Amino acid sequence: MTSGPLRSDGVGSAAALPITVSNIRKNYGNYRALDDVSLDIHSGEFLTLLGPSGSGKTTLLMVLSGFVRPDSGSVRFADREVVLLPPHKRDIGMVFQNYALFPHMTVAGNLAYPLKLRRVDRAKIAERVEKALDLVQLGGLGARRVDELSGGQRQRVALARAVIFEPRILLMDEPLSALDKNLREQMQLEVRRLHDRLGMTTVYVTHDQREALTMSDRIAVLDKGRIQQIDPPQALYDNPKTHFVADFIGESFSLPVTICDGGATLFGHPLHLPHKITGSAPHFLVLRPEKLTLLPEHPTDAAAGINEIKGQVRQSVFHGDSVMIYVAVRDGHEIALRVPHRGKVTLPQPGDHVSLGYGVEDTIVVPATMPVEGGMR
Amino acid sequence: MLRRPATSTQITHLQRLWLYILCGIVLLYLIVPTLLVIPMSFSGSRFLSFPPETWSLRWYKAYFSSAEWRAATWVSLQAAVCTTIVATITGTLAAYGLHCSRLRITKLLSVLLVLPMIIPVILIAVGVFMLFAPMQLNSSLTGIVLSHSVLAIPLVLITVTAGLRNFDLNQEQVARSLGASRPKAFLTVTLPQIKNSVLSAALLSFVVSLDEVVVALLIAGGDVATIPRRMFLALRDEIDPTIASISTILILLSILLLGLSQFLDRKRSK
Repeated sequence: MTSGPLRSDGVGSAAALPITVSNIRKNYGNYRALDDVSLDIHSGEFLTLLGPSGSGKTTLLMVLSGFVRPDSGSVRFADREVVLLPPHKRDIGMVFQNYALFPHMTVAGNLAYPLKLRRVDRAKIAERVEKALDLVQLGGLGARRVDELSGGQRQRVALARAVIFEPRILLMDEPLSALDKNLREQMQLEVRRLHDRLGMTTVYVTHDQREALTMSDRIAVLDKGRIQQIDPPQALYDNPKTHFVADFIGESFSLPVTICDGGATLFGHPLHLPHKITGSAPHFLVLRPEKLTLLPEHPTDAAAGINEIKGQVRQSVFHGDSVMIYVAVRDGHEIALRVPHRGKVTLPQPGDHVSLGYGVEDTIVVPATMPVEGGMR
Repeated sequence: MLRRPATSTQITHLQRLWLYILCGIVLLYLIVPTLLVIPMSFSGSRFLSFPPETWSLRWYKAYFSSAEWRAATWVSLQAAVCTTIVATITGTLAAYGLHCSRLRITKLLSVLLVLPMIIPVILIAVGVFMLFAPMQLNSSLTGIVLSHSVLAIPLVLITVTAGLRNFDLNQEQVARSLGASRPKAFLTVTLPQIKNSVLSAALLSFVVSLDEVVVALLIAGGDVATIPRRMFLALRDEIDPTIASISTILILLSILLLGLSQFLDRKRSK
């Protein structure tokens, strides 16, 4: 398997390294930025660290890059322990939020920088710079000054600069957050394609759950310096393990439930559950608006395999492609139902009483706080 | 325009006349004492006088033909160049370190480093003299350079810190992730971008050393008398217009260097 300059064969395994993070702790004074974080990142995987600000996601990325030295724990690239290795010896590509292009160099100068440090000879540098520019669709712009580029172009240069020396690990810290929405969505796909083409292991930090769902092979959700859950996007969305994850990923509304003998009751009515619940800690029922359906006014017996909830319509909001109907249920709680906008369907009006149904497999019941180690099944 | 406002809200120049006059007076007050020395240097008389009765270049001749003055010039230039090197490097490193550091004592350290600018120079001079005496650094070029560096470092620190404020430290992180060691990242990414402030800091250090008289009076004796020291003594012993001609040369040199530093400053902010 050859790994010529900026591989185009799409074969990734030789080009990537697995990362093993074990028991990383990092405190800033009394503040726990990372609290015993362990994580296996597969070779060639696109893994996203997702979490709100202060969750420790950026600190974890900085530990991987070598800019932050953890208080304890280990980071291995394949079999090599790197936790004490300075950043410039780790051979990782990195893209920052503000691009951090070097304004005193041209675009080509920026791209050549890591190659010059590696003493690649001049003719080869020119050739590889051209290839890298083509890779990010900036062919012919090598002589431009950095301040002559648009935001999207700058982002592409930063990306090309981070991969031109063919690092086997690429780290990205909210690289798209400074772009406007359309460009951001376009770049999400481009970054993912670049990853697939070059095949390196990519760790991507974002606070934008949609971005994480769009791009990742797996997502690690962080909160308060701990990993809450690591799963592929769909598993994370459909089967959140904690209330935090359910709340952070996608749109959802939570209702408190009572746990008894492995079952759950909502406002006194037992719920049909996909599996038994262990423990008796406080739990929430998480309802996603697109998974709820309007039940007919006079139900022909509550069908088996469907849970039902009654309420009164409070408001409906038109979103173009869909209508969100906000429904007040018991005890002052509110849920919402998303109905696709398909012309001549009569929708319930504010004040109407409605019954909403949701399938057993969509009945997500999660503990209010992260279960203690060993208590999770 | 002068009397009638062009728009209903504009303040006329006439209404502002008092301000223009005040500014003019302040500027004159600042410049005139400096400029007086220039005609005096072209005097033909044996004594410092203003206005000169006759004109000549004899005092310029006197300066260039005097071995003493030439020796002092040589010492001053050596001291200024060495001070520039020492103060610029030390001050730049200090500014960089303080800029990167997130320690709580950073502010305290900056104040300590700027202290020589606040303390009366005469106190520094006495202190330096006492400190240097047992080390036998008085009356040595090394001693002059070290003490002038103390006076120049605050200026370097302030100038370079201002330059660093416009620099994005992330760039250095990127450089390091791309394979540059920290010193290499500083030299290839940070320094090229703050070079104009470093250069203007260097020029300021040069001028500080060239003009310094108080410390020099105490410690720059014997073979290592600097120009300002010799001028001061000349002024005391024989009121001889040579010092006027030297002053004129120094003024022109200083204006040139400061002008250059301003020019670099403007280029930096662009």
